[in-house]
Amino acid sequence: MILMYLKAFLVGGALCALGEIIILKTKLTPARILVCYITAGVVLSALGLYTPLVRFAGAGATVPLTGFGHTLAQGAIHAVQETGILGAFTGGLTAAAGGIAAAVFFGFLAALCFKPKPKQ
Amino acid sequence: MQNSSSKKHFVAQYKQLVQAITPKSKVGQGCLRAFWVGGSICVLGQVLIDMSMYFWRFTMTQGATFASITLVGVTALLTGIGVFDVIGKYAGAGTVVPITGFANAMVSPAMEFRPEGWVLGTGARLFTIAGPVLVYGISSSVLVGLIYYFLML
Repeated sequence: MILMYLKAFLVGGALCALGEIIILKTKLTPARILVCYITAGVVLSALGLYTPLVRFAGAGATVPLTGFGHTLAQGAIHAVQETGILGAFTGGLTAAAGGIAAAVFFGFLAALCFKPKPKQ
Repeated sequence: MQNSSSKKHFVAQYKQLVQAITPKSKVGQGCLRAFWVGGSICVLGQVLIDMSMYFWRFTMTQGATFASITLVGVTALLTGIGVFDVIGKYAGAGTVVPITGFANAMVSPAMEFRPEGWVLGTGARLFTIAGPVLVYGISSSVLVGLIYYFLML
């Protein structure tokens, strides 16, 4: 169990350190990093390379945004297996619905409750 | 006279030294910070997954969804009270790469553009950065589904 936390720390940390290197070396904005990571997650997952990483590192692989891409891709693949071509369109969002709905809901809630601080 | 030239020499040397050292150490320090903060967020995610699997008998996938939702909620709260920006400045990619970065990218423009109104300010700006992320994420997953379907035929 402790080993699982260590693996999550190391893999998750490595994915973040890689992101930091990309930001510093290529001057990509964080928005582009997010887009790159989610797309990379979808591609790696479709090629079957990301599932072993999730088995190995748990949250270390699912919490970074590549894990979000992995959820989308696996959702689409499983739904295609079950319902055919319709699944390609319904599967991804169905699997990722929790995270997306939470982000919209909590985002809106935070904007309702808090006023932005003046920038220093 | 001699004093000023030695000073000039010293300044030039100092600049050389700064140039030689700065980029490398910036990358090293940035990576280290991103690594430990990002890693810690993932450990927190793992704790949430394990908790949900133990208490509510969630599957691994359900647990991962639960962890995402909780981390997004906590990020929204921390962004609201202004703490997340402080952590983000320190950690760089350490808070951008995990799902916390996605949540922060939605909350902070939604808050900032409140004065432009509830619909076109907050409502629209929620998706300033999340929009592109969803466009590329969803499009590529649909593509993966279609390719998988035609490979299965």
